[in-house]
Amino acid sequence: MQISITVNGQQRTDEVEPRLLLAHYLREVCGLKATNIGCDTTSCGACTVIVDGLSVKSCTVLAAQADGGQVTTLEGLAGPDGEMHPVQQAFREEHGLQCGFCTPGMVMAAVGVLADNPDPTDREIREGLEGNLCRCTGYHNIVRAVRSAAQAGPAAGQVPQAQEVAR
Amino acid sequence: MIPGSFELVRPASVEEAVAALVEHGDDAKVLAGGHSLLPLMKLRLAMPAVLVDISRIPGLSYVRVEGDEVAIGAGTRHHELEKDAVAAAEVPILPYVASQVGDPQVRHRGTIGGTVAHSDPASDLPTALLALGGTVVVQGPSGRRDIPITEFWLGFFETALAEDELIVEIRVPRTGSAGWAYEKFTRRANDWPIVAAAAVDGRVALANMAGSVVRATATEEALARGASIAEAAALADQGTSPGADMHADQDYRRHLARLLTRRALEKAAGAPAAAA
Repeated sequence: MQISITVNGQQRTDEVEPRLLLAHYLREVCGLKATNIGCDTTSCGACTVIVDGLSVKSCTVLAAQADGGQVTTLEGLAGPDGEMHPVQQAFREEHGLQCGFCTPGMVMAAVGVLADNPDPTDREIREGLEGNLCRCTGYHNIVRAVRSAAQAGPAAGQVPQAQEVAR
Repeated sequence: MIPGSFELVRPASVEEAVAALVEHGDDAKVLAGGHSLLPLMKLRLAMPAVLVDISRIPGLSYVRVEGDEVAIGAGTRHHELEKDAVAAAEVPILPYVASQVGDPQVRHRGTIGGTVAHSDPASDLPTALLALGGTVVVQGPSGRRDIPITEFWLGFFETALAEDELIVEIRVPRTGSAGWAYEKFTRRANDWPIVAAAAVDGRVALANMAGSVVRATATEEALARGASIAEAAALADQGTSPGADMHADQDYRRHLARLLTRRALEKAAGAPAAAA
């Protein structure tokens, strides 16, 4: 079947099997390999991306379900001049990562948390990230990074190139 | 893990969806948020030949007051219910329980119709819906019919829904300021409940104490004849048939059912708003 998805601001049309998962579409068809596949069972959150403004686990979404929509991956967060998104900047400054495997999903989930709640408490940050596992257990600095990003202003919860999608 | 091959049908209306279900019979499964179905398909525990994607049908996502009831569109996603002002005012147990499902990413996809149709005995929202009572509105080739919620879940992954019928709406009574609570016991933050108890307006439902979600009828009867909360809650596991797994054996689940029922009833009796 044919699908048209705006990925990181660029519209593309691809011929895919209906069973193709969004995570595989992004990695294999679009060549965007920041999105990691960890548990592959909707548990770990490593494959989190933003679809139509909401965080989702792309291992449990068909590419066809995103047909006609807007998808943002970690690659789409930084500005065109390479300037990091406030959440990326905060993860770097607060050392919100250790091995880095969970980081793309953690950053995208954090953007989703801040889009929903621009000024979360630490508890709200932790609950907002409950679907993302860090096997290094580096949670303290991740929470610190999200708090720091929130203090940087409302831009931390904004998804570049995302537009309101009429439903 | 990759699902088996299937044909994807994307109806634009409920009528088209029902027609697809009639045409494909038990070869077809309905896809809404996909957060129960796609994991099963990735494990090849489900291999439907046809998926009927109802998520593009307009007008299936809403929460509105209709007379003494609140009507919820089957396509309403958990995060929408969680933040819905009408639901918060009229039937506050539902937004709270919606907020207890999985994690934010799961709640962004999962729908109330999907969790009702799936009939997993450990599901949060069906437990609350069973305590509320109400109606599942389904549409088939000969039109709509109402199925009482108390008669909807027949067992593990088994419901009263015919294979050519689609859930279109859930209707529950407006509970307003009546006391309510949902007590969910998990090992980790975003787990399914090992056992959960929902209490609202003197009714109690339990998750994971049988093949489907069940009412704690002995507790309800005891409350109706004036028993204390402690006495009534001590009967919560009567008539249940919990399973055993690596998390809990049957005795422990029975203990949890009694304990969580007592906590839920106490919370519901004490402060209506305290559980949130």
